[in-house]
Amino acid sequence: MTDSQFGLFGADPWWLVLLKVVALFAILVLLTLFTIWWERRVVSRMQNRIGPNRVGPQGLLQSLMDGIKLALKEEIIPTSAHLAVYWIAPVISATMAFLAFAVIPFGPEVSIFGVMTPLQLTDFPVSVLYVLAIASIGIYGIVLGGWASGSTYPLLGGLRSTAQMISYEIAMGLSFVAVFIYAGSMSTSDIIIAQEPIWFAVILLPSFIIYVTAMVGETNRAPFDLPEAEGELVGGFHTEYSSLKFALFFLAEYINMVTVSALATTLFLGGWRAPWPLSLWEGANEGWWPMLWWLLKVQIFIFVFIWLRGTLPRMRYDQFMRFGWKILIPVSVVWIVIVAAARIMRNDVALSTTEILVSGAVVIVVLLVGSWLIQARQDRRQRAIDEAEAEAAAAPFDPMAGGFPVPPLPGQSFTYTSRRASAQGTTIVQERAAEVVAEEDDDTSDGEDNNG
Amino acid sequence: MIAPLADTATDVNVGEQIVFWVTAILSVAGALGMVLSRKAVHSALWLALTMINLAILYVANSAPFLGMVQVIVYTGAVMMLFLFVLMVVGVDSSDSLIETIKGQRLASIVFVLGVGILLVWGIGNSMVETSSVGLDAANAEHGGHIEGIANVLFTQYLLVFELVAAVLITAAMGAMVLAHRERWTPRPSQRDLARARFTDGGHPGNLPNPGVYARHNAVDTPALLPDGGTSDISVPGPVRARGDERSFDRVDIEEVRAISEGETTLPEEGRE
Repeated sequence: MTDSQFGLFGADPWWLVLLKVVALFAILVLLTLFTIWWERRVVSRMQNRIGPNRVGPQGLLQSLMDGIKLALKEEIIPTSAHLAVYWIAPVISATMAFLAFAVIPFGPEVSIFGVMTPLQLTDFPVSVLYVLAIASIGIYGIVLGGWASGSTYPLLGGLRSTAQMISYEIAMGLSFVAVFIYAGSMSTSDIIIAQEPIWFAVILLPSFIIYVTAMVGETNRAPFDLPEAEGELVGGFHTEYSSLKFALFFLAEYINMVTVSALATTLFLGGWRAPWPLSLWEGANEGWWPMLWWLLKVQIFIFVFIWLRGTLPRMRYDQFMRFGWKILIPVSVVWIVIVAAARIMRNDVALSTTEILVSGAVVIVVLLVGSWLIQARQDRRQRAIDEAEAEAAAAPFDPMAGGFPVPPLPGQSFTYTSRRASAQGTTIVQERAAEVVAEEDDDTSDGEDNNG
Repeated sequence: MIAPLADTATDVNVGEQIVFWVTAILSVAGALGMVLSRKAVHSALWLALTMINLAILYVANSAPFLGMVQVIVYTGAVMMLFLFVLMVVGVDSSDSLIETIKGQRLASIVFVLGVGILLVWGIGNSMVETSSVGLDAANAEHGGHIEGIANVLFTQYLLVFELVAAVLITAAMGAMVLAHRERWTPRPSQRDLARARFTDGGHPGNLPNPGVYARHNAVDTPALLPDGGTSDISVPGPVRARGDERSFDRVDIEEVRAISEGETTLPEEGRE
């Protein structure tokens, strides 16, 4: 384990803490305004449009103007809303979005008004878990907003959103585990130090891919923006929100985008550390420069978000859930086992390269033979099942087999026959009816005879 | 703060005191609110408040791992599933306060008292009889509280830990088995559904809009077909069922045609 940096935290004077908090708030709000503008411009370019270019230079002030307009709009509260919860939901969403940023490192130690301090509000041994915890409280804002609106579409959108975020949070948490194993720590600043020679995105590529996929699902962005599928759910959980409350939800969504991007930067791209060609320059990792590298890396992720939105169609809900539960999570678990095994081999069992290669070959051979055996067995079993099914299909379907109504066996199809017809024996009523019909037949035949 | 467990009972600073009193009051208020709320969703929210405040207390007591896990597992997953179920089932109205199980209140009071006595006895015992060494000494062995927890969890309590995991997984599998529905026919794919929609001669797209003429544009007016007849399906079923369908008036059409071709002028009252 690398040297911990915790000694650096908690020593700031109160005015510096206050300064950092205010700076964080300002950075996040500015980043939100910038991201909205950036998204609209980039998506416009991708769609052969120009995008907002009227307010301010290159339309940079467009989102500020939109924000002011949104705040000054009339607030409409549905009569069926549960007022207290309706009020608190957007507040929870926005507050939690801001809170998560407290542990994100922006840079190394710098001097602010003569005090040496790291460019990070705080850090503690489990700060990555803290981000997960805050994210899971943030979901409350969405689910409560959906419920408290007292309307169907928001409720459905809120439920969808919650199911989605919970499912993808599992994959997200699992992708962290490999990072924790390699960094030997759960604190953000330690994880950045642990990426000194090489980024975790390189050596833990599967984890990185899983995280990037899960973070798109976690933030409800395209192609995973099912909670806001306009064609199905109007606006999702925020359908009934307007004015400043809607603005809070909007703000929370964009801050969450920045947060997951910043977390990806911290965990996989070496945080504020300069990328390779720049890191050759001695001063690249000192002073205020790292904040620029950090910002560039975060902006790359945000560009990917926008790119995805401009490129991919929305997934269907069942495909999306199947992808999360049946692909992302099992793959993560297998990958964690591999990482842990590799780690133990490196740490506890001193193996030479030849030994590792030989044992790897043995493992591969065993896996191949095993999978061939299993496949052969499965084929045999499948053939037996197919034969049994063909046999069953050949037999006619008896809907009253054993005297009870039963569904068809696999391979058989429904035959809509009268129950009475297949019943054993005839009732007295049926016998009487048959007699009457027979008598009538006799009568008519007699009549015909008479006529003839 | 929770002084007796640490040696340094006198070291409580103002910040810790503020944290303690705020979280203590909020968590008790949350517990009371949870019991006293009439609405199930409100109860769940109060309970979430209590959990979060307890988590803050854990963190303030130098147990950040416990605090974070409490929030992730209980607030983020367990309570969220509760809320989920409440909302899906739609327990919107307030529950009735009539006892459904006989003697439930008495039993619950007895059990609560019992648990309370056990807790007071256990905690009191640990305060009086066990001597504490302090956090630093306890963490010294493994170099940190997370390392300490991991060490205990994966050596001494490994079997118990795995048993609990097995029980939880069994419970989840059981729930899935109970809720499982055997499919007897293959699930219709999107292709099947689309084919079914188009082959049986139904109306795959939108129904035709009601007729919009110069005189009438209400839903009770049938649309005009190319052959000069009217389309029944252009009028909503309920309107048709009530017999409110406006009968098709050829004079209207004729008048509009005459006006548009300039044969007559608009009626005088229609002009300014």
